[in-house]
Amino acid sequence: MTEIPLKAKDFKSDQEVRWCPGCGDYAILAAVQSFLPELGRKPEDIVFVSGIGCSSRFPYYLSTYGLHSIHGRAPAIATGLSVSRPDLDVWVVTGDGDALSIGGNHLIHALRRNVNITILLFNNRIYGLTKGQYSPTSEPGKVTKSTPVGSVDRPFNPISLALGADATFVARTIDSDRAHLIEVLRAAAEHRGTSLVEIYQNCNIFNDGAFDLLKNPTTRDEALIPLRAGEPIVFGDRRVVRDATGHLQVSEHGEPVVHDPTDLELAFALSRLSGVALDHTPIGIFRSVEQPTYDDEVRAQTDDRANEDDLQALLTGPDPWTVN
Amino acid sequence: MVTTPSKKTVRLSRVIVRFAGDSGDGMQLTGDRFTWESAANGNDLSTLPDFPAEIRAPQGTLPGVSAFQLHFADHDIVTPGDAPDVLVAMNPAALMASLPLLKPGAEIIVNTDEFSKRNLTKIGLTTSPLDDDTLATFSVRPVPLPSMTVEALAGFGLGKKDAERAKNMFALGLLSWLYHRELDATEHFLNDKFARKPEILKANVAALHAGYNYGDTTEDFVVRYEVAPAPVPAGTYRNISGNLALSYGLIAAARRSALPLFLGSYPITPASDILHELSRHKHFNVTTFQAEDEIAGIGAALGAAYGGALGVTTTSGPGLALKSETIGLAVALELPLLVVDVQRGGPSTGLPTKTEQADLLQALYGRNGESPVAVVAPKSPSDCFDAAIEAVRIAVTYRTPVLLLSDGYLANGQEPWAIPDLADLPTLNPGFATEPNGPDGEFLPFLRDPETLARPWAIPGTPGLAHRVGGIEKADRTGNISYDPDNHDTMVRLRQAKIDGIDVPDLEVDDPDGDADLLVIGWGSTYGPITAGVRRVRKEGKKVAQAHLRHLSPMPKNTGEVLRSYRKVLVPEMNLGQLALLLRGRFLVDAVGFNQVRGLPFTAPQMQDVINEMLEGV
Repeated sequence: MTEIPLKAKDFKSDQEVRWCPGCGDYAILAAVQSFLPELGRKPEDIVFVSGIGCSSRFPYYLSTYGLHSIHGRAPAIATGLSVSRPDLDVWVVTGDGDALSIGGNHLIHALRRNVNITILLFNNRIYGLTKGQYSPTSEPGKVTKSTPVGSVDRPFNPISLALGADATFVARTIDSDRAHLIEVLRAAAEHRGTSLVEIYQNCNIFNDGAFDLLKNPTTRDEALIPLRAGEPIVFGDRRVVRDATGHLQVSEHGEPVVHDPTDLELAFALSRLSGVALDHTPIGIFRSVEQPTYDDEVRAQTDDRANEDDLQALLTGPDPWTVN
Repeated sequence: MVTTPSKKTVRLSRVIVRFAGDSGDGMQLTGDRFTWESAANGNDLSTLPDFPAEIRAPQGTLPGVSAFQLHFADHDIVTPGDAPDVLVAMNPAALMASLPLLKPGAEIIVNTDEFSKRNLTKIGLTTSPLDDDTLATFSVRPVPLPSMTVEALAGFGLGKKDAERAKNMFALGLLSWLYHRELDATEHFLNDKFARKPEILKANVAALHAGYNYGDTTEDFVVRYEVAPAPVPAGTYRNISGNLALSYGLIAAARRSALPLFLGSYPITPASDILHELSRHKHFNVTTFQAEDEIAGIGAALGAAYGGALGVTTTSGPGLALKSETIGLAVALELPLLVVDVQRGGPSTGLPTKTEQADLLQALYGRNGESPVAVVAPKSPSDCFDAAIEAVRIAVTYRTPVLLLSDGYLANGQEPWAIPDLADLPTLNPGFATEPNGPDGEFLPFLRDPETLARPWAIPGTPGLAHRVGGIEKADRTGNISYDPDNHDTMVRLRQAKIDGIDVPDLEVDDPDGDADLLVIGWGSTYGPITAGVRRVRKEGKKVAQAHLRHLSPMPKNTGEVLRSYRKVLVPEMNLGQLALLLRGRFLVDAVGFNQVRGLPFTAPQMQDVINEMLEGV
């Protein structure tokens, strides 16, 4: 630990931030920079790995170690780094195209292995850096440059996908709600294992207002469902209840379901409340369970116990012969 | 063991034996054991496993034939041999598939039990080749292997199927008798292999001895053979395959550079054995990661390298294609990374279990942009050890990805190896950056070592050196994102200059009198057959020079000079002329290719013929 506590400015790099003015990424960057001192780690012990896309420029703007890699591969690169360097705090910054389209395979495998990394998935439901094509989270019917008469793709629900991969920490937050964003980041950082944080992020150039329903003071109370461990799931004048068959429903009366982040089935059911329409969107921690991490288990099998004699014996093998 | 004295022993200089049967007949194991016995006898040897990609291809069919060829001799040999002197054929398919390969008059030990009408029909025969004159020019020894094995194992309480399974040990016993081999080593091997199955162990040992005794007593075999030990330099030897030697080379290199070894890999034939082998040695500070795909394999290896490990990924041709983008990233990041490509027949899935060397241009150029890497190729199975160490030296010293091009023949072929003394292996200092290097006390991640042009390897966790790197073009020295035209031109040239400047040994030429007109130059696994061909031509009293490239990028500084000092240059390759293209393009020499892509190594007579043809044209 340094003697003087670090501040947000200690985590800013000297590089000019080059996102479009008004981009939701600015708010996320500011929140992360103001949160990082809380980690109690020196900048050199933190690594941000990213893929390709607007969000993936993130590491350049932090004073930590940073690796801006290639499209979709950040979870794989972070896996190798995290497994071989337990002393580091490894983060992945990715977007909906990077993580769910080209990098979908690496994402689900990192999640199922429970590698000790924290993944921030900026979901703006559009391809920004390639200038506005639909993404794997875009709503059906989306009219974009590559879908002039509307997209026919069915989108991923990132939370359901992560839970399906048995991820041990799954959360959702919103770029504009700084307090909630930091609260979720804190929990994600504390979690040992893979943490997936989906951050709804506004692309004001190619998909402006995608999450307005959740931000507009006149609609958000009816749409946003805050999840808090051990507390009844209530919002506005409504609540989440179980119907006669046990399925979750939004209702104005009835016994509200109490949120339990260790209950995978509940987490999955909650993730299905919101479709692309966002009209009932839970935010907060869907799932948080402690399970052995891949890193720890791999390292438990690896050591440097073998000495030079062992190496010589290995090279010699069981059946050598000598010629004099 | 008592041997009937009436049987005559004939001394031979060298013998080529081919074991051929169904994929499930245990031919690879039988060949492997006979190889060990030959090694223990002090013979020089070389092997060629030749098997189908299917694990259990349809029984009794031509595509299902699995073969193992062994060449052993009382002198230094460099190839697994050409025309076998002896064939052990377990069924009609194995017999007919091997027949065209055999030397006239070759001895055929044939399992007569399998020549049923049904089995003959499977390969389109209406009459048995044992009954017509198909085998007239060969010396045929009919042995009903399964029934004799079952007979020998009567009283062991095994079912007929289980007893028949030991027929390969019966055949091995017979061969062992034929060539004066001791059975002890194979018994030890069986003891280990079947330690937990005492019944099967007893049956296999009994079948081994029964085969030996059969040779001793039957009147079908009247001559035994002996191949004297080969004179080799004093030392301790073992047999080793290319994949094993490569694995050991990686472990040794990591130890000698005090780096943890991290292998990220996805299973692929014929490279998987390296993943298997390294996975067994985790107490040498080896981490193995079986990734979700080829891209994740190299991605994780690169992530580990970024963190200060010796990052390695292993694959074969199709996997190398998938890794291209990440290799490009490693070129841009300028981090040490080892990419092992055990080449196989291509394109696409191609011939997974057969050898080829057609990935040379992919290794050198198969990426977007100007993306130079170092390329190293071993020349023999045991040379995979040294080549791996050399590849690690270049990767770590120059902070660059290095492609190590082995192939299916090297991977699975075996030869004796003079076991090195660890103390003789070079040590390597990774030289991690520890403090800022800039004139104003700042850290410049792309400030280069003036000698090697390598940049600092500044690993996370190092105070004061936190920096950002990525695949976007970086400014010289600072490493910040730069779209400046002049900077890009500078960086492209710097990356190339770094690779071009790698210190590699001069190309050595074997030209005994120094006045040959023809130079034969190759790379990789063709070393054995080219050398054998050159020896044959020289035995005819003719002159020919030979050189072999271990470094394909950069090539040795004297390569052009060597090439230009011969009137004719011949380049035999198991591709359609990839090295020849490079030599012609780079050095303006009229290099002539000899090219063949049959999934099999060249043979010595083939090399002899093509060299003679070139000489006649000189």
